Amino acid sequence: MSALQKVMGWVDDRFPLTATYKAHLSEYYAPKNFNFWYFFGSLALLVLVMQIVTGIFLTMNYKPDSGLAFLSVEYIMRDVDWGWLIRYMHSTGASMFFVVVYLHMFRGLMYGSYRKPRELIWIFGVLIYLALMAEAFLGYLLPWGQMSYWGAQVIVNLFAAVPFVGDDLSIWIRGDYVISDATLNRFFAFHVIALPLVLIALVAVHLVALHEVGSNNPDGIEIKKKKDPVTHIPLDGIPFHPYYTVKDIVGVIVFLMVFSAIVFFGPTMGGYFLEGNNFIPADPLKTPPHIAPLWYFTPFYAILRAVPPMFGSQFPGVVAMGMSIVLIFFLPWLDRGKVKSIRYRGPIYKLMLALFVVSFVGLGYLGLLPPSPVATILAQTFSVIYFLFFLLMPWYTSIDKTKPEPERVTG
Amino acid sequence: MKRLKNFLLLLMAVPVIAFASEEGPRLDKAPVNLSDQASLQRGARIFVNYCLNCHSAAAMRYSRMEDLGLTEDQIKENLMFAAEKPGETMTVGMDKKEAKGWFGSAPPDLSVIARARGSDWLYTYLRSFYRDDSRPTGWNNVVFDKVAMPHVLWSLQGEMVPVKKKEGEHEVIDHLELAKPGSVTLAEYDAMVGDLVNYLTWMGEPAQLERQKLGLVVLAFLAFFFVVAYYLKKEFWKDVH
Repeated sequence: MSALQKVMGWVDDRFPLTATYKAHLSEYYAPKNFNFWYFFGSLALLVLVMQIVTGIFLTMNYKPDSGLAFLSVEYIMRDVDWGWLIRYMHSTGASMFFVVVYLHMFRGLMYGSYRKPRELIWIFGVLIYLALMAEAFLGYLLPWGQMSYWGAQVIVNLFAAVPFVGDDLSIWIRGDYVISDATLNRFFAFHVIALPLVLIALVAVHLVALHEVGSNNPDGIEIKKKKDPVTHIPLDGIPFHPYYTVKDIVGVIVFLMVFSAIVFFGPTMGGYFLEGNNFIPADPLKTPPHIAPLWYFTPFYAILRAVPPMFGSQFPGVVAMGMSIVLIFFLPWLDRGKVKSIRYRGPIYKLMLALFVVSFVGLGYLGLLPPSPVATILAQTFSVIYFLFFLLMPWYTSIDKTKPEPERVTG
Repeated sequence: MKRLKNFLLLLMAVPVIAFASEEGPRLDKAPVNLSDQASLQRGARIFVNYCLNCHSAAAMRYSRMEDLGLTEDQIKENLMFAAEKPGETMTVGMDKKEAKGWFGSAPPDLSVIARARGSDWLYTYLRSFYRDDSRPTGWNNVVFDKVAMPHVLWSLQGEMVPVKKKEGEHEVIDHLELAKPGSVTLAEYDAMVGDLVNYLTWMGEPAQLERQKLGLVVLAFLAFFFVVAYYLKKEFWKDVH
C-alpha cells in the first residue's frame, strides 16, 4: 500500500471521502447526450463562487454608511489594487448570474427537467432563483447611487401596498420612514451574510436531490431504466468525472471569454449592467424622472405596472407580480404531457413555449421603458400570455399530439 | 441548432430596440481620445482652473495625474492650487449649504460626472450656454433648461444668443449665434471643451486604459486555453459512442 492509499484509508475510516467522490463525480452517471443547454448549471455554480470571492474582497474596502458608501466604491475603483477588476467582476457577475440562470431554467422548460421524479430539484431551483433576486436587490442598494436609492424605495413601497399592515411592514423593512443609513446597514448584513448562506444551502440541496434521482437529458427519458445487467451502470450513462468535467472546462472558457469581453471592454453594457444614473450619489430629495430596475427584474416589474390600481390600491399589481413567480413552483403538477422533452412534444406545447418566451422577453423590454399607453396594452397582453402558459398547461399538455419517446438516448 | 440561433438573435436584438427608442436633445459627438495625453493634460489644466473652484472631484487624487504623463513636480506647480500634498483628493473650500443658497443647488461633485451624464452630453452642454436675462445668473442652456450654473467659460467663448424658429404655435430655439466674441474663436473654444471633456471622461475611470490593455491579454490567454481544453475534451470523449 502506498503512503497516499494509507492516508486515504485513514480518512475513509472516519469520513466518507472516497464514497462522496465516487457518488458525486467518478461514479455519478450522467446521460451521454447533454447538449449546449447543459453547460449553464455548472456555469451558475462558477458564477456563485466568483460572486462570493469578489464579494469578500469588496467587503474589505466598502463602507456600509450612507455618508461614505458612494465614495468608498470609487475608492475601490481607483485606489485599491485591482479594485476596479474586482468590482467589475462582481457587477458583471450579478447580471451574468441571471443570464446563466434564465438559460438554465429555460433548459428545464424545454426538456421537462421539472417532471417526476425531479419535482424537488425544480422547487429548490425556484427557491434559488428567489434567493438570487433578493440577493441582487439588496446588493444594488450598496453603491448608494440614485438608482440604488430610488429602486429600493420603489420595491420597499410595494410592501406598503399590502392592506392594513402595509405601512408598518415597509417601515419595519426599512428601519426608518425613508430608505436611510439604517436600511443600508441591514441590507448590507443580508447581502453579505444571510442570503449567501441561504443560497449555498439551497445549491447544496439542489445538487443532492439531482444526484439522488440522476440528470434528465434532451430526450427526456430515464437512462436508469436501461442498465447493464452485470455492472448495473446505465447503458447511456457516462461518469461525470472525467467526461463532463473536461467538457465543462470548454464551456467555462467560452463563458469566461464572454464574461471578460464585458468586464474589460464594456462593464456598463450600455447602461444595462451598470446604470448611468447610479453614478450620481443618492439624493433623498431628488426623485429621478424615470426609475427602472435592472434588466433581470424588468419582466416582473412590467407585470406589476400592467395591472391597473383597483380601489385606489396598487395591491392587485403586487399580487399579480407575486403570483407570476409563485406559479413557477407548480410547474411539475401543471404539466400533464405524456412526454418530457420538447423533441417529442406536440405543436401546441411548442407554440405555447414560444409565446411564453416572446412574452417574457417582451415584458423584460417593456419594463425598461417609461410607461406609455401602447406599452401598457402590450404589457397587459404579454402578462395574460405569461399566466395562460401556466394556467392552461394542464389542458393543452394533455390534449397535445406527442411523438413516441425513443428507447435509448439519441445523439 | 437553428432554433437556438434564432433565440440568441432575438436576445441580441432587445438592447438595439431599447436604444432606438430613447429620446432627448440632440447631442454632438465628443472628441474623446484617451490616448492623447497632450489633450488630457490641457483638459486637466482647464479643469483645475475653471471647474475646481465650485465643483469638487472628491474621488480624484492629484497624484493620479501622473498617469497623464506628468511628473509630481509638474502637478504641484501647475495644477495644485487648493491642496498641500499630491496624495490629496480634489476638494473645494466652498460650503455645500452656502453654495445651495447662492445657486439654488449645490454644484455636483465631478469625479464620475462623465459616467453619469455621458461625454457627448457634457460636450454639448458646455457649448450650449446662451444669454437669458430672465434667469438669475443671466445664462440659460439649451441642453439643461433653467440650469443653476452660470456660463463659467463665457470669457473664452463669448456671449451666445438664441435664434428662434416657429414650430406650430411655439417658438423654439433653432440654434445659437455669437453676439459678443470671447477671447478665443468658436472653433478654438470647441477644441478646449473637447480637451476638458476628454479629461472628465478619463477622470470618471482612470483605470480604463489599463483595463482594456489587460483585457486583450486575458482574452488571448483564454483563446489559447480554449484550444487546449477543446482537444483535451476530444481525447477523453473518443470512447463515448
